[in-house]
Amino acid sequence: MSRIYLSEAQKQRIFHQLEQAYPEEAAGFLLGHMVEGYIAGADVVIDEVVPVDNVSDAGKKRRHFVIKPQDWMRLEDQADASGLRLIGCYHSHPDAPATPSAFDREHSYPDFLYIIVAVKKGRATDMRSYELGREGSHKHITAVVSDEAWQEIMSWDHVQ
Amino acid sequence: MASIRIPTPLRAFTHGKDRVEVVGSTVGEALSNLVERHPDLRAHLFNDADLRSFVNIFLGDEDIRFLQGLDTEIASGDSLRIVPSIAGGLG
Repeated sequence: MSRIYLSEAQKQRIFHQLEQAYPEEAAGFLLGHMVEGYIAGADVVIDEVVPVDNVSDAGKKRRHFVIKPQDWMRLEDQADASGLRLIGCYHSHPDAPATPSAFDREHSYPDFLYIIVAVKKGRATDMRSYELGREGSHKHITAVVSDEAWQEIMSWDHVQ
Repeated sequence: MASIRIPTPLRAFTHGKDRVEVVGSTVGEALSNLVERHPDLRAHLFNDADLRSFVNIFLGDEDIRFLQGLDTEIASGDSLRIVPSIAGGLG
């Protein structure tokens, strides 16, 4: 993918959840679909932002997030049943830049979108999107936050 | 035959298929059959012969780590599911 489209409300939902969890890390899933015939076939639009629990050990939540496998299964079932894709996840970096850590890359999967949000002193200050490679590389994905573009794309036929 | 459900990030390695039919009498044999047919999956599922720690395999609703691991017996018609462990953070 080279570009993702979100609405302002989706971005604000992500920011609100991550700010509420500060100083701990928090996370969620992104359900979406491909934007066929718009810019490039690989562009995606986010249909749903779904907060999930960080089930990392209590003492590690300031620097780690872990999502339950059962949450993955529930959301993947929901996505497949509704013609969407479980397209990625998001998480916060409390008081740290929105860039992938070695720990992020170590846990990364291919063909999956990772949104990272810097939360500085309780306020979300920066949001960046990546595809990550375990060998240490990462590709920046442009996130377009625009209600106008998002609403136009959402009015088109879905291509999973 | 049993089937294995493939998670979204790994479907690129199964030609887009979300489910693959496999042969084998244990989970380990079924996964071996899967990676024989889709070799690029191996690096995402295994470290040498061991299942990667970031990969969960479910038989129905049960994580095979709480059964007999890769030695867990399966029957024709059983459904296995590969579930990525999604984790990360500052580290």
